[in-house]
Amino acid sequence: MKRWDLRRVLPMIIAPIAALVLAALVSSAALLISGKDPLEAFSAMFDYAFGPNSGPDVTTEILNKATPYYLAALAVAIGFRMGLFNIGVDGQSRLGILAAGALGAASFLGVVPGPLRVVIMIIVAMAVGAAWAAVAALLKVYRGVSEVISTIMLNFIGGAIFAYLLTTERLGVKAVGGEIVSTPLLKSDSWIPGMSLFAGTANKMFGFAFVAIACGIAYWFLVGRTRFGFDLRATGLNPSAAVASGVSPKRMVIATMLLSGGVAGLVALPEVLGRDHAVTTSTPALGFTGIAIALLGRNNPVGIALAALLWAFLDVSNLPLDLLDIPKEIVTIMQGVTVLAVVVAYELAARVGRRQQQRSVGAATGEAAIVTLGIPAAIAAKLGVEAVSAPVEPPDSTAPTDPTVPGKHREEQS
Amino acid sequence: MTADTVLASTPGGMPAAPVKARRLSTPVILLLVAAGLLAFSAVRVITGADDITSSGAVRAALASAVPIGLAGLGGLWSERAGVVNIGLEGMMILGTWGGAWGALTFGAWGGIIAGAVAGALGGLLHAVATVTFNVDHIVSGVAITILAFGLARFLSSLTFANMAGGGDTQSPNVPDLPRISLPGVSALDGVESKHWFLVSDMAGILRGLLTDVSVLTLIAIALVPLTFYLLWRTSFGLRLRSCGENPQAAETLGVNVYRYKYYGVVVSGALAGLGGAFLSMVASSIYREGQTAGRGYIGLATMIFGNWRPGGLAAGAVLFGYTDALQLRRGSESVHALLLLIAVILLAVGVWQIVRGTRIAGLVSIALAAPVAVWYFTTDQIPVEFVQAVPYVTTLVVLALASQRLRPPAADGQPYRRGGG
Repeated sequence: MKRWDLRRVLPMIIAPIAALVLAALVSSAALLISGKDPLEAFSAMFDYAFGPNSGPDVTTEILNKATPYYLAALAVAIGFRMGLFNIGVDGQSRLGILAAGALGAASFLGVVPGPLRVVIMIIVAMAVGAAWAAVAALLKVYRGVSEVISTIMLNFIGGAIFAYLLTTERLGVKAVGGEIVSTPLLKSDSWIPGMSLFAGTANKMFGFAFVAIACGIAYWFLVGRTRFGFDLRATGLNPSAAVASGVSPKRMVIATMLLSGGVAGLVALPEVLGRDHAVTTSTPALGFTGIAIALLGRNNPVGIALAALLWAFLDVSNLPLDLLDIPKEIVTIMQGVTVLAVVVAYELAARVGRRQQQRSVGAATGEAAIVTLGIPAAIAAKLGVEAVSAPVEPPDSTAPTDPTVPGKHREEQS
Repeated sequence: MTADTVLASTPGGMPAAPVKARRLSTPVILLLVAAGLLAFSAVRVITGADDITSSGAVRAALASAVPIGLAGLGGLWSERAGVVNIGLEGMMILGTWGGAWGALTFGAWGGIIAGAVAGALGGLLHAVATVTFNVDHIVSGVAITILAFGLARFLSSLTFANMAGGGDTQSPNVPDLPRISLPGVSALDGVESKHWFLVSDMAGILRGLLTDVSVLTLIAIALVPLTFYLLWRTSFGLRLRSCGENPQAAETLGVNVYRYKYYGVVVSGALAGLGGAFLSMVASSIYREGQTAGRGYIGLATMIFGNWRPGGLAAGAVLFGYTDALQLRRGSESVHALLLLIAVILLAVGVWQIVRGTRIAGLVSIALAAPVAVWYFTTDQIPVEFVQAVPYVTTLVVLALASQRLRPPAADGQPYRRGGG
């Protein structure tokens, strides 16, 4: 089979574009109803994000916002590829960052050189995130509890633990004269420096973005190029076939949830290491955003990156709308409609793809005719198919068969 | 499509043993209620935590239970028709906005209707996505929750922001619904304040349940038996439930599965919206962003807790509503007092299990009772953050211990295409 079958790939490319167009139309309609000019709104957003005045500043901000989004979506996507819903990215990332932030600022680690401390923080954040996800995995494997429900519950419980620990009596400190409770400030040798991308701005891109990119590459390699990834995708596509081929579903569930939770633990690190240098109560919760971006990006590492950038663009560039007296909440509607439209569009695209596949299978029923004549296909191929199948009309006569290449249609079906 | 199917079919996994239906008869239920009442008043007298049976706590518990229960009922309608509805939270959000806006525009009763309609529109969207377009139910629910949040914000910036006392994230004061009191009950106030064993407790509970009750609370309570009647005692309900159990079989009997799934999901949205309207109209008499605070998910948990049945669901809603209410009424001490009760119950269950011959389970229960008792005797209160987590922990524990006894609709969450069986 050709790897890039245009008839199957094309709908998958058209689908997200159609969804975006639909989202733009719906939000335009909402703006028109409220008496605003949608074109003015969109051009103001673009101008703010990429124009000469504020462009360099804002584009960097978009990139920085997209980095945690990307990590959150990767965490969700790992589960999705196996048909697991990790809705608990929120709780996993909160507990992971709290443990990492508290440990990174702890005095007994003061003698450790800064870069090593960063590595320790990354490992701890991943381990704690994975451990929190493991609760859901174990409940699923040994008690049959759906991970959808358990991860939602674990989010709330994790949030409660986070709030309990991040108080001045425990892990938190209060800045002098301030009201915000946070973990102690990290020493400056364990800050990750940023990178200036554009001239004319003091904003810097998070250095952690490279770790996020590395995670994306690792995800691509793991899922697409390893035995584990093959088992993972096989379980997601056809669980019973995977079991029949010797995949242990219990092990797969646990391994996948641990991986997903580990990546989820990283989500808040870009901001903590690159900008805030402490964990605060306002460290963002990105659970549902991650799910939306993973869906939008079709679990593909590049697709997720594009989706994360789009999401970040919508989040950041709505600022000038207030000046035009346009409710900037229109952006949230756009995000919601995009997600809903994109899943419907993918479903329709998959349906079109399936129909075409069925048609090509129908076209291949020249072979079925051979079987009805009582001659196994392989023998018929050896005997010379033309002689046998030529007089038989294929059932789906709209699609022409190509009897000169007997092996071709069998390959297409596989 | 998920790994659930695999896990269910592995030999090492838990076999789907036929659950013995142990129905509770009316006398047993009454006995249980009486025992519970005795236990609570005993705990109150021993620990001195007067708030665990005060009329204020009971009233607050009822008010907290209503939105949770309505969301749970919504989940029940949808899942009985075979559609998982994780978008309940989003439909509730639409309901909070709809309730406040309707009440400000058309008066209090208009608010109830507008809230239900707003939620129903959310449900309709979920039905279009999941039933017509066959989108994965969880995915659609997540998308609807994201969309509803943005929509409510957008709509309130269009409506409430222009009203006096309103803004982008909150509405002006919403006209209240009438409240009803049973005459004569408020005279029990004197009895309650005496803190007598059992008598004062009963007075407090009666006062909490029978005075100053909102009309919407009564409607919500009436919806529980109504749901049971419609879904289990009418042919409409049989058809709807058959779509959740075996849509192909229903199809062969001439049931229009798509239509019944639509009914289930739209009613589900309307109930969740009503729960949202209760929050913005009765519980706080103002619309505020983020008011639902995850109650849609607790509603979902209640439905699972109640084993996809209205009675169990109502019990779950009362339990979660009660912990929710204690939070506001010196929760740290009240829940701390309840630790004693939990320890005693665990101990009793353990002894009972050993007597019945299941020694290991009994020993585990007793072993669990010990740390709870230690926790009670070594501390004076529970951190308020943990009090907030009580419903979620309870749900996880119930799921972990009883997931083999739970029986969701057989075709819950599975895609269905006409003629695809």
